[in-house]
Amino acid sequence: MFGYALRRVLTAIPIVLITITVCFFILRLAPGGPFDGERALPPDVMKNLRAHYNLDQPLISQYFIYLGGVFRGDFGPSMVMEDFSVSRLISIGLPFTLMLGFSAFVVGTVAGMIAGAVAAVQQNKWPDYLLVAIVLIGIIIPNFLMANLVQLFFGVYLRWLPVGGYQPGSIAHLVLPVLILSLPHGGRVARLVRGSMIEVLGTNYVRTARSKGLGTRLILARHALKPALLPVVSYLGPGLSYLLTGSLVVEQVFALPGIGKYFISAALNRDYGLVLGTTILYVFIILALNLIVDVLYAWLDPKVRYR
Amino acid sequence: MANVLVVDNLDVTFALHQSEVKAVSDLDFTLAEGETLAVVGESGSGKSQAFLSIMGLLARNGKASGRAMLGDVNLIGMAPDKLDNYRGKDIAMIFQDPMTSLNPTLRVKTQLAEVLVRHQGFTAEKAHRAVIEMLERVGIPEPVKRANAYPHELSGGMRQRVMIAMALLCKPRVLIADEPTTALDVTVQAQMLDLFKNLTNDFGTALVLITHDLGVVAGVADRMMVMYGGRCIEKGPTDTLFYDPRHPYTLGLLHSTPHVAKRAKRLDPIQGLPPSLEHLPRGCAFHPRCAFRFERCFEERPPLLPVEDVREKACWYQGELKYEAVA
Amino acid sequence: MAGITGKDAALTAYANALATEAPKGRSLTQDALRRLFNNKAALVSIFVLTAIVLFALVGPYFLPWAYDKIDWAGIRKPPDWAKGHYFGTDQNGRDMLARTLQGTQMSLLVAGVATFVSVVIGILYGAIAGYFGGKIDAVMMRFVDIMYALPYILFVIILVVIFGRSPVLLFVGIGCLEWLTMARIVRGQTLSIKQREFIEAAKAGGAGPFTIIFRHIVPNLTGPVVIYATLTIPEIIITESFLSYLGLGVQEPQTSLGTLISFGAPVAEALPWMLFTPAAILVTMLLCLSYLGDGLRDALDPKDR
Ligand SMILES: Nc1ncnc2c1ncn2[C@@H]1O[C@H](COP(=O)(O)OP(=O)(O)O)[C@@H](O)[C@H]1O
Ligand SMILES: [Mg+2]
Repeated sequence: MFGYALRRVLTAIPIVLITITVCFFILRLAPGGPFDGERALPPDVMKNLRAHYNLDQPLISQYFIYLGGVFRGDFGPSMVMEDFSVSRLISIGLPFTLMLGFSAFVVGTVAGMIAGAVAAVQQNKWPDYLLVAIVLIGIIIPNFLMANLVQLFFGVYLRWLPVGGYQPGSIAHLVLPVLILSLPHGGRVARLVRGSMIEVLGTNYVRTARSKGLGTRLILARHALKPALLPVVSYLGPGLSYLLTGSLVVEQVFALPGIGKYFISAALNRDYGLVLGTTILYVFIILALNLIVDVLYAWLDPKVRYR
Repeated sequence: MANVLVVDNLDVTFALHQSEVKAVSDLDFTLAEGETLAVVGESGSGKSQAFLSIMGLLARNGKASGRAMLGDVNLIGMAPDKLDNYRGKDIAMIFQDPMTSLNPTLRVKTQLAEVLVRHQGFTAEKAHRAVIEMLERVGIPEPVKRANAYPHELSGGMRQRVMIAMALLCKPRVLIADEPTTALDVTVQAQMLDLFKNLTNDFGTALVLITHDLGVVAGVADRMMVMYGGRCIEKGPTDTLFYDPRHPYTLGLLHSTPHVAKRAKRLDPIQGLPPSLEHLPRGCAFHPRCAFRFERCFEERPPLLPVEDVREKACWYQGELKYEAVA
Repeated sequence: MAGITGKDAALTAYANALATEAPKGRSLTQDALRRLFNNKAALVSIFVLTAIVLFALVGPYFLPWAYDKIDWAGIRKPPDWAKGHYFGTDQNGRDMLARTLQGTQMSLLVAGVATFVSVVIGILYGAIAGYFGGKIDAVMMRFVDIMYALPYILFVIILVVIFGRSPVLLFVGIGCLEWLTMARIVRGQTLSIKQREFIEAAKAGGAGPFTIIFRHIVPNLTGPVVIYATLTIPEIIITESFLSYLGLGVQEPQTSLGTLISFGAPVAEALPWMLFTPAAILVTMLLCLSYLGDGLRDALDPKDR
């Protein structure tokens, strides 16, 4: 098990390095830059700026300067928000984004698993149909649209919940964002659990368990749940990427102080430093979480450990 | 000897899209304490479904009616949670495919111990000790190591031994073994049958041995029940059925079994295919393949009637069955 | 966004089926299409989608107002049949229906461009990996696996940084990210075609690898391409609307469904028709495409039901 985890970590390292390298060169080689504004800057100002950001050095040494910085946790300066380093902006926004993403991940995964399992046990009865309908809505309606709709309904018409913004410690401000973010995730999880649970309940080994007189609850908890979760666990990796995408939208719609805001404005302003730093960070987080997911998978499925 | 299981009038029907199919019709039989009953027939003849229905394990679209008295309780139609007091304790079942019948995500010992915890109220520790003992008993070398293994680490024969151990943990009164050797190597088959015989003997467990292979039955079963198209068509003591079959289908089965047919000059599969249960022929279901048929067989289904004291058959033909007539 | 239509699941199943059921590649596709046409929900979806696409293409010629024409007398007005503003007007007095149809066209155009690019790349990549096999195949497919693991949206944002002001270039770039699944399918198909006699015959006749790929393998890919495109277009439409919603995609004066929704959302309380019209079209299309995707998945992997 430990060896398996170690092997996975070792294969993830080159992926991170390749991503950093590729993104760095693509962004630096692309035409246009953050200082190509409407009006051309005076040449000596431009020169100073370029020197300040090391842009006057050969590309390859810029790359190694940058790489060295990344290892020390320094993602360089933001090129548009002059007084901030990228690491500083990240440290302002990241905790909130992680908190939001983690809450939505937990809510969506748990709710999705329960709903999917109930629907599977109640196959073709009303709880099943209800779930299928909710899942369809949650998956079909793009989350930026859904976010606006619930904001209008609960925030503007009913006035039950804040329309947006965030005050530290306020749960009410988080209800709608977490709901919107977890809905499609939970929907997919539910769909997967339902499908795999129905399949597992029809397997020979569940029949064996029934022949032993174990009782429904024990059979579900001990015999059916673990194998039924396997496809869900393999979905969690891609699911994290969708959550990341969703969090960009949700932070925008509800005006939340996460990292998404900086990321989007960096993209609009062609702030290479910030885009690059955020991308690397996201890739790192996603790969680290994927690693955890893989190890979890190996724990659930004993056969994987021996491969 | 007293009967442990008395089955009366057992029907099993499956609902299909618009129609339904009757997999078992009007099945009657008894099982005496400690005896071994073989249930034989080609695949699709309803053997498995008959016994799955007794265990309350039919697929969602299946329904059973009739009676299956285990002592003085009727298992048919019993609520699942009440049935759970008997399944695994007084009546246990082993399935055809040992590869898929064990849970791949749980250790062997977990899957065994839970039976004792559930039915005998053992503590986990006591159950584990009993499990090791039982694994040893079914001939598993290094039982402690194997108990900690996952099913995929064991060979097919080993897994079937685990299944046997699991079924016998509570010393049930009835053990149903559905094609327990079909998926195994020929070399392992004989060992496995010996194991069944010895263990059920030791525990005084009555054994139902379901098989499509008559070769398995000889020397193991006391009595035999032959099924065709969801019905019993002949039953009686194994010896008499082997040496003096009275139903043309039983005769055909005997001659198509290598082990048994050695005595005859050649091996002949029965002509034709087993019928689909959805389109059973009118009259006797076997008549399209029967060499002894006459007009009555096309029109009327023969009832299962006593032939001599201890045997019954469902066939209109009363003359002598000569194998040459078949060929 | 990947995953909305269950595309990867459907197509991966399909790719596997193509690779394992070697010589029957062609009839597999035909079987799948036959099963698809027996599926009522999928059939209705195809019909509705066709209707929307046709309406978006020819509808503007029959409307009284052009999408960029300003009706000074009708600014911020609810639907008004007498004036020909069937779905109302926006803050600048432009007809919402005309703008929505224009936006639908734009969404379909960029989706078409990106899908086309991804099909071309996917075919080349997959055919090369499958045809040469061995180490080349292993390395190329390993790269695809790694790309699958990384969040697509990050690369899209990088593309936005690079191509910012040109939506068409942006979606060419997105096409350059979308080809992974197509490559998997083509590889599977290539592996199975490679074993057939006519390939051996062509080789014996001295044809080079690229001749064989273009003459004999690519023409056999019609089925997979149709299926892939059907499932990819909705994903690009969602990506487009997502980017435009964030202000990163199609920008004024051009318009797209995502742009329209992003303008409609903030004023939805006062001018609900500005949100409703584009949202209804988008959701209807996505719903139909999802049913179509489900239908395709069932058709491709019948035991999954
Ligand atoms: N879930 C089901 N739905 C419909 N028919 C079934 C189902 N399960 C079994 N059957 C029918 O029951 C017949 C008998 O099956 P079975 O008892 O398993 O035969 P066997 O004698 O080989 O054990 C099958 O041929 C099939 O037609
Ligand atoms: Mg059977």
